[in-house]
Amino acid sequence: MPVLVTRFRQLRLARMCAVVTVVTALLLTSCGGSGPSSPNPSTPPLPTATSSQGATPAASTMPVTTTRSLNLTAAGATFPFVLYSKWVSEYNKLNPGIKISYNSIGSGGGKQQFSAQTVDFGASDSVMTDEELAGAKGRAVLQLPATLGAVVLTYHLPGIGKGLRLDPQTITDIVFGRVTKWNDPKIKALNPDLNLPNLDIAFVYRSDGSGTNNIFTDYLSAISAEWKGKVGAGTSVKWPVGIGAKGNEGVAGQVKQLPGSLGYVELAYAVQNKLGYAFIKNKAGNYIEPSFDSVSEAAAGAVIPDDFRAKIVDAAGSGSYPISSFTWLLVYKDNPNSARAQEIARFLWWGVHQGQAFCKDLYYAPLPTSLVQNEEQAILALTSSGQPLFQGGRQ
Amino acid sequence: MMRQAGRLTYQRRKVMNKVWLTATVLAAAATVLALVFILGYVIANGARALNLDFFSKLPKPVGETGGGMANAIVGTLIMLGLASAIALPIGVLTGVYLSEYGGGRFNAVIRFVADTMAGVPSIVVGMFAYLVVVLPMGHFSSLAGGIALAVIMIPIVTRGTEEILRVVPDSLREAALALGVNRWRVIVSVVIPTAAPGLITSFMLAIARASGETAPLLFTSLGSQFWSMSLDQPTASIPVQIFSYAIAPYDDWHRQAWAGALTLVAMVAVLTLVARLAFRGFKVQR
Amino acid sequence: MRLTAPETEPASTRARRHSLGRGNITDQAFKGLTLLVALSVLALAGLLVFELTKGSMLSIRTFGFGFLSSQHWDPVHQEFGVLPLVFGTLVTSLIAVILAVPISIGIAIFLTEVCPLPLRRPISFLVDLLAAIPSIVYGLWGLVVLVPWIRVTMGPSVQKPLGWFPLFGGPIYGIGVLAAGLILAIMIVPIISAVSREVISSVPQAQKEGMLALGATRWETVWKVVLPFVRTGLVGAVILGLGRALGETMAVTMVIGNRHEIVASLFSPSATMASTIANEFTEATYKLYISSLIEVALVLMILTLMVNILARTLVWRFTAKVKGERTL
Repeated sequence: MPVLVTRFRQLRLARMCAVVTVVTALLLTSCGGSGPSSPNPSTPPLPTATSSQGATPAASTMPVTTTRSLNLTAAGATFPFVLYSKWVSEYNKLNPGIKISYNSIGSGGGKQQFSAQTVDFGASDSVMTDEELAGAKGRAVLQLPATLGAVVLTYHLPGIGKGLRLDPQTITDIVFGRVTKWNDPKIKALNPDLNLPNLDIAFVYRSDGSGTNNIFTDYLSAISAEWKGKVGAGTSVKWPVGIGAKGNEGVAGQVKQLPGSLGYVELAYAVQNKLGYAFIKNKAGNYIEPSFDSVSEAAAGAVIPDDFRAKIVDAAGSGSYPISSFTWLLVYKDNPNSARAQEIARFLWWGVHQGQAFCKDLYYAPLPTSLVQNEEQAILALTSSGQPLFQGGRQ
Repeated sequence: MMRQAGRLTYQRRKVMNKVWLTATVLAAAATVLALVFILGYVIANGARALNLDFFSKLPKPVGETGGGMANAIVGTLIMLGLASAIALPIGVLTGVYLSEYGGGRFNAVIRFVADTMAGVPSIVVGMFAYLVVVLPMGHFSSLAGGIALAVIMIPIVTRGTEEILRVVPDSLREAALALGVNRWRVIVSVVIPTAAPGLITSFMLAIARASGETAPLLFTSLGSQFWSMSLDQPTASIPVQIFSYAIAPYDDWHRQAWAGALTLVAMVAVLTLVARLAFRGFKVQR
Repeated sequence: MRLTAPETEPASTRARRHSLGRGNITDQAFKGLTLLVALSVLALAGLLVFELTKGSMLSIRTFGFGFLSSQHWDPVHQEFGVLPLVFGTLVTSLIAVILAVPISIGIAIFLTEVCPLPLRRPISFLVDLLAAIPSIVYGLWGLVVLVPWIRVTMGPSVQKPLGWFPLFGGPIYGIGVLAAGLILAIMIVPIISAVSREVISSVPQAQKEGMLALGATRWETVWKVVLPFVRTGLVGAVILGLGRALGETMAVTMVIGNRHEIVASLFSPSATMASTIANEFTEATYKLYISSLIEVALVLMILTLMVNILARTLVWRFTAKVKGERTL
């Protein structure tokens, strides 16, 4: 009994704490429970068409509306993350109610979550194979190219910026672990003017399921029959040597930290972090600096099929950068949720038109205009429960 | 001669004694030093990185400097709130059952299971939450994250509740019963309030533990660049954000990662200190 | 960590408490409510095991026991073997335990035998504080502080004299097995030392005083009486720390280098079961891959469970001995 009396003050404090905790928990939960989670059922009528197909990008301006409100989730490639994060931010400024959360988890993750339908749309730098398409629960998938980028070989060598020259043979030797030091005669032969240090080459690869990985291994398979036979191409391969890092960000982070490291990342990551990157010998025999021009040239000669699944690694052309690629946004051709389908389609439309203006500043290449026209057709062909999304064929 | 030999051995034993005991002092000193070093690093880097923007702004697009983790902080608080709302009642009621009711064998089983669940790696809990919440729901959500954290908290709260309630002396219960109070009233109005300080302590420690968990949130709440107040949307959270920023190359992201780390450590420290100090000396005589 | 054995109260007290006030409807309802909730905890645990097993079935059927013995983790060719991951997990945890045990037991002895009384609480509080730091913060600190230190200072100075030995060979990246082991060691010191402290302080005074009366030095008392007496409990504490190290994810993922291979050198990158799941789960693009990852989680869970149960059994046996119920 004396226990109770002497602890009275503590009990009061305890009771107060308990009350505060419970009330806070309830408040947080209830405030978490409200908020826009379901699409606004009464979407305002869409502006009717003013012209039919073949509209030029300049004509399709986005009306600024404040009444539409929706949260969309997207996940996928880290390769275009720099661009997409800019896109969703800019798009949100134009359409404050539309919040698209892009989660950079790798192309493998993008395809997986898209197939599992846990996200609204996916993003990947490697096209979905027929097997993966079969895994998308039987629903037809539109893989829409959003932009083009370069996979660069970035390195951390003191005193050496961009411009190290590498050719297919040397690259193959490095990834197989046959060339292990930066001052190896093979590298020296290509770069007689550079002061190459006596450092071990620490090769950094992607530990997660990656489209960038797919692009790079596609390139390796194209330049080396040995690689194609022993290791192959894919979003996740068994690298003979090296250390793994997660995402384009992780590889760039590792390279930035570790002297002597060599990794493959999208150009934007190398430039934004002031990392050096290599000029690679292309099919025509020229050492090409990765840039939006050399990437665009690689795409120029490509034949792009109707389903937009095209590879442009090791392209012909005197100025083509050999490790270039499209990157795709994955959407279902028919989405039963019409409000979401509309918003997704609007965003895609904006992306292939106004969004392209942001590409060059972030070191991606804009889509060729002829391709944009085909993509417009594809976006307009999207349906919801069989019904076309927009009246009159245009937004 | 013999006495001299004896004295030498004795000296040797005294020296060994000093040596080994000093070694233990060194061990303790090394550990405390490691703690000071790590915490000091976090505080130094974190304090440098903290600014008002960190607490109020959303993240900027990749590569741009500035912005903050405001949405991650809110996301963490929401998921902790949800996890507490689930784990507290379940943990306390289970602890009550184990302490006040039940038979020996059956109680042993429940106790064993609760203890075992406490040892499950948090990544496995995250996978479990993905399988039973995210997949059926069809998307990532802070609900799934909150449930994953709740699964981690339940064993801690259960164990803590049972042990604290056990310490309350039977004389209290008997006295109340002698006054004619119902059994359940005895538990709710006498035993639990007496044990309340200890219960709050164990509860705060459970929250402190859950606040730092990253792995379960990787595939449940996923992440977001925007405000995310709704339970069925993905949300950013402080630990996951720290993870993403830490492995990336951007210096500004590293700065924000330290700020986030300091915020987390501060949260845990406040919870732990309040729990320990406010209820210091809580001891009920047996 | 529950140190007392499950039934430390005399059976008579427990029986009396549980039989107090058999009552009316509300009493029964309340009891029923708590019973229901307790059962739901059981159900939750069962569901956990069930879901993991169900998810692994495809992988189990495809690979059988080969999953546990195969060295190849090759998503492209659809071959999954968990051995490199188990290797990485065990090696990093082993390093952690080897480093942490002397320090933890040293701390425990210090706090129970050597430390002046007024300092005991603050110092034990500080040691316990290490356990409160979230693992992501350890990972961040490790990545920024420990890894460069290994790469620039510690690694080269070890490799100069000892580089010929395979254990210390190979290029030094900083990240790798050693970095992960070191961080894990710091993380498990508070756990091992807390449990060790409890068991050491339960040694009967009489034993220690007897030894001192015979002329033993304080250290000899500890070495010859206290430690042998608490041997079972100490082993339990160590194994408990091991269990914690086995399941640790984030700190390890950030510094281990993610290479699915059985390696020989402390400086090589590796992968653990937990780090592999963390890296690859959201991205597994086909059913077999997902199923294999779930099987990895199942293997990890079973491993940590077995270790934790062993630990608790040992500590329980120790406390039972102290109470005179056992002699071993």
